[in-house]
Amino acid sequence: MSGSREIRNKIRSVKNTQKITRAMEMVAASKMRKAQDRMKKARPYGEKIRNVAAHMSRANTEYRHPFLIERDTVQRTAIIVVTSDKGLCGGLNTNVLRRALSEMKAWQSEGEELEVCCVGNKGLGFMSRMKANVISQVVGLGDTPDMEKLIGAVKVVLDGYTEDRFDRVYIFYNRFINTMKQEPVMEQLLPLSDDKMKADQDADEKASRTGWDYIYEPEAKPVIDDIMIRYVEALVYQAITENMASEQSARMVAMKAASDNAGNVIDELTLVYNKSRQAAITKELSEIVGGAAAV
Amino acid sequence: MGTVFHLDIVSAEESIYSGPVEFLVAPAQMGEVGVYPRHTPMLTRIKSGMVRIKAQLKEEELVYVSGGMLEVQPDVVTILADTAIRSHDLDEAKAIEAKKVAEEAMKNRASELDYAKAQAELMEAVSQLAAIEKLRKRRH
Repeated sequence: MSGSREIRNKIRSVKNTQKITRAMEMVAASKMRKAQDRMKKARPYGEKIRNVAAHMSRANTEYRHPFLIERDTVQRTAIIVVTSDKGLCGGLNTNVLRRALSEMKAWQSEGEELEVCCVGNKGLGFMSRMKANVISQVVGLGDTPDMEKLIGAVKVVLDGYTEDRFDRVYIFYNRFINTMKQEPVMEQLLPLSDDKMKADQDADEKASRTGWDYIYEPEAKPVIDDIMIRYVEALVYQAITENMASEQSARMVAMKAASDNAGNVIDELTLVYNKSRQAAITKELSEIVGGAAAV
Repeated sequence: MGTVFHLDIVSAEESIYSGPVEFLVAPAQMGEVGVYPRHTPMLTRIKSGMVRIKAQLKEEELVYVSGGMLEVQPDVVTILADTAIRSHDLDEAKAIEAKKVAEEAMKNRASELDYAKAQAELMEAVSQLAAIEKLRKRRH
């Protein structure tokens, strides 16, 4: 009977795991809805500030912001890697980190220097294991990404860019496509690419007439600086909300698969357990019968 | 158009107001500004305070914004509201803080070990299940 007790223990342990994964699945499902809402709510801000930035790039400003100027030589690159704080969400973090790593290797082989800003615990752990040069980090964002927490880390990167410590900035994150599908993407953050802002150029022809400029209060430079910083922050913020929605749906799917697998394993183990129990009973019976016949 | 313009008030976390408006007053950095339709393009910072909005056939409405940017185009006005309290020095302090945290984290990463360990164990259980499932499929 020792074999069947082991099987019973195994069944119990798998059942416990299944309870955890099922609970996590349900938690993720309810968080997913909220995360998707948040992602949708963040979109108008991103659109509006892009419009403003696009208007500004077409206005006749006397001051051109460094974020808009393409640089001739690229020697140093900074990347912002957005990952989740917690694991158990399938291949989500692995995918985006693998993507980042392959790009990093390509840049390094061209002799570029790299600096990394990590958003999320998983990316931070990975990057410090890879001995990457981490210049700033945001961890423990929780379920609601807080602009407050981002400002510092993003500013380190933006300052580095304005001070010429690096020549371009990329961001890596998971784009949310639907509940079943998330896609690791790389986007250029700085210098701000024109096509990104031109997306809605045709939509408002009125603003594209030339030779006009804004009235700035108090002055052009600080106002444009503010807008540009907020624009980049909005892009990062949006990437984070997308990544969070991706995280929750990936976790839900992963945990559902784990619960299903556990169910299958339990079924199979139960079958084996019953078989061995039956075999033991049959054996005992035949022994008794055999014994009785011998008497 | 002509008598109204479109107003959007958005923050990074949500859209606060969107619709046609006859007149609005916003607390700009250099003092309050009133905007009627066909205003000259203008870009300014705004302080925290109330934005007064007069929509057609409606009572005046008050919306609180905690600072941000105001963009005026002849028939579109956008207010980009901040969700965080900001100033140059405050941003600077946050950047220094973020840098420091990053440097410290590079030095020691033992504190979150317990949580990581528990999670690793669960992760192992889950991947075991996946492996068993895979093996089972191959057998059949």
